[in-house]
Amino acid sequence: MAEFLSFRDGDAAQEPAVTVEAFTGQSNATAVRIEPGDDARELLPHLGRIALVEVNFPVFGDGRGYSAARILRESGYDGELRAVGDVLVDQIVAMRRCGFDSFRPDKPLDDAAVERALNRYADVYQRTIDGRSPVWAKRRPETQNG
Amino acid sequence: MKILTGNDLQSGDVIWWAGDGWSRLVAEAVDVGERGDDLARTEEAALRVVGAYVIDGTLTEEGPRPAHIKDRIRALGPTIRPDLTLKPADADIGKWVI
Amino acid sequence: MGDLTMYRYDSYDQAIVDARVEEFRDQTQRRLAGQLTEDQFKPLRLMNGLYLQLHAYMLRVAIPYGTLSAAQMRVLGGIARKYDKGYGHFTTRQNLQYNWIKLSDAPDILAELAKVEMHAIQTSGNCIRNISSDQYAGVDAAEVADPRPWAELLRQWSTFHPEFTYLPRKFKIAVIAADEDRSAMRLHDIGLKLVSRDGVIGAEVYAGGGMGRTPMVAPLIRDFVTEDEIVAYLEACLRVYNRYGRRDNKYKARIKILVHEIGVEEYRRQVEEEFAHMRQQGLNPPVEELARIRAFFAPPAYETGLSDKIDRADPAFALWVDRNVAAHKAAGYAIVNISLKPQGGIPGDASAEQMELVADLADRYSLGEIRVTHAQNLVLPHVRKADLPAVWQALEEAGLAEANLDLITDIIACPGLDYCALANARAIPVAQKIAARFADPQRQRDLGELKLKISGCINACGHHHAGHIGILGVDRKGVENYQLLLGGSGAQDASLGQITGPGFSEDGVVEAIEKVTDIYLEQRQDGERFLDTYRRIGMKPFKEAIYG
Repeated sequence: MAEFLSFRDGDAAQEPAVTVEAFTGQSNATAVRIEPGDDARELLPHLGRIALVEVNFPVFGDGRGYSAARILRESGYDGELRAVGDVLVDQIVAMRRCGFDSFRPDKPLDDAAVERALNRYADVYQRTIDGRSPVWAKRRPETQNG
Repeated sequence: MKILTGNDLQSGDVIWWAGDGWSRLVAEAVDVGERGDDLARTEEAALRVVGAYVIDGTLTEEGPRPAHIKDRIRALGPTIRPDLTLKPADADIGKWVI
Repeated sequence: MGDLTMYRYDSYDQAIVDARVEEFRDQTQRRLAGQLTEDQFKPLRLMNGLYLQLHAYMLRVAIPYGTLSAAQMRVLGGIARKYDKGYGHFTTRQNLQYNWIKLSDAPDILAELAKVEMHAIQTSGNCIRNISSDQYAGVDAAEVADPRPWAELLRQWSTFHPEFTYLPRKFKIAVIAADEDRSAMRLHDIGLKLVSRDGVIGAEVYAGGGMGRTPMVAPLIRDFVTEDEIVAYLEACLRVYNRYGRRDNKYKARIKILVHEIGVEEYRRQVEEEFAHMRQQGLNPPVEELARIRAFFAPPAYETGLSDKIDRADPAFALWVDRNVAAHKAAGYAIVNISLKPQGGIPGDASAEQMELVADLADRYSLGEIRVTHAQNLVLPHVRKADLPAVWQALEEAGLAEANLDLITDIIACPGLDYCALANARAIPVAQKIAARFADPQRQRDLGELKLKISGCINACGHHHAGHIGILGVDRKGVENYQLLLGGSGAQDASLGQITGPGFSEDGVVEAIEKVTDIYLEQRQDGERFLDTYRRIGMKPFKEAIYG
């Protein structure tokens, strides 16, 4: 069972994350924690000094963190983006697609189940910032051939 | 009386706690007194029931009668398809619901 | 399914749906083995349209934008016979529900559906639901374009969308392309109406409509978005909603509340800002993909030189033609509406045999194609006029030729307390009593277009707010009680019904409706529908007749 999952090269950031308000008000923190009601765009002026963004999911059904993650990645953030809280195996694929690259769930995840979930779907319909090619991009050669 | 009801986990059938197990017939339901919530937890954990809950009912000459119309419809079946109820031969059974 | 003019899966689409079946099989096995609790399993089964209802599990199958092939309909009938009690229920979302499903059978049912390119994905849950559309799409001479390619594009885009799977609440999108709105477009979370501007097709976008306990007619938020940008635009609409829609109260979580609370101007401003950003993200499929999808919906090879003449010698047939047959864009063809509202029947229900008959008729007479309407009826979209008598004859024999389209007995009703765990009152028995009271076909025709819609609870699955006459079932101290509403419309003249006053018993509401229709007959002026008269004279005379 995995208490921490990372899809990044190198060590996970260790510095404790501070709130968005504390982070934007001080200059030396390098880790910040986004709660569901926070505006991820407040971090955009500071991306250069961030090593870790934690996005908290107090309950799995609150999906605001997916938007927060995608906004940060779309704006060029390339540091660690960690989902914490009520993170379940059935959400891992969507979270990966939105740019999360590490996970610290409240309850440990079964590694085999995570592996199965990540390999379940060979293709996706949407372009996101995860670099996967959506089916509409893969179809183009077929279309051109006839 | 207090009646414990729920659905069979695998088939989805409406079931009633009958004292030593579950029955599809509300007529076999027993008064669970204060034990309903504990029973529900145990039986859900044993994978015999899903969505178990305790309802109020009265003991009538025809047997236990759930207090709310919703549970009487659950006990019988859809009132507009008498052929699919638990008593398809009884033309007047719909009246029991109301 | 050879020459169908509807979307066909390619290997990518098929692999995604097949993978979903196996994923759900795995989840179901884990649940039955006790490895998943109900709390953990519930959101997973809901994402596959599997509810725990009043009597059993209920499975809701998606019928994308209401378009079905004959082969698909045949499979739906077969599933009804093999896994259910021999019937299914067509819903106001153009979907099909089975009422008596065993959990252990659900994966096998999904596998049977997948074989004919169907699924139950996102038919529940707080995600983007099945896209709805006009049942006359592609065959209505008045539409500016076929809306189905847009709907298919959005079906694919919304399937497993990673950012929008845990929205504040469910999200319903409709696409139409004619001035006449047969889809209640403005009562959707987002409604798209295709329009032509300088020869270019684009969509007017309406946002924040809906029914439920706080009904709203959606305002226009953008007057033109082209197909090659619609994905990025909708991503913007959904992202603003996902971030700022209310999550503190599920009854205030739909997008209509957000748009209402911050105002349409502010919502529009935020969407435009997000859209400017989304445009830079490369989210829109290229024009080649749009063309690829559109090619599937190219008009079929209609026969030419067909006669428009219909032999009206049989009076019953002629009445059915006048009521249930609509004009088709191709000469010599007609659109046939199949009423699922026979006297004594259950609105929207169809038996396995009826589904199979409709499939056979579609194969023989409608180029293999069927549509489902939000009014819970079926449509054969491409019938040669010369074949109408044969189609009618076959429908008549199967109890499917009720000539009541849009009349007072063509009632929309949710399953209500006979099937639904959320309901407060039964809806189907009320529909049956009203239909019996107005059983005389001549009387129905005299009353003309009259859309009657019944919901068994405030969630409004029976569209009661949008009924010319609406009925809402409530629970009054454990007794079923029915409120009456007048003046609603889900069409292009969308409006919300007003409650007449105190509610009624089941029989009382039938009496009240009779009084309401009597006032209409007394007061109507030439050519006025019930709705027109109500709008002209207002609630007062009706209220006096009911309560006076």
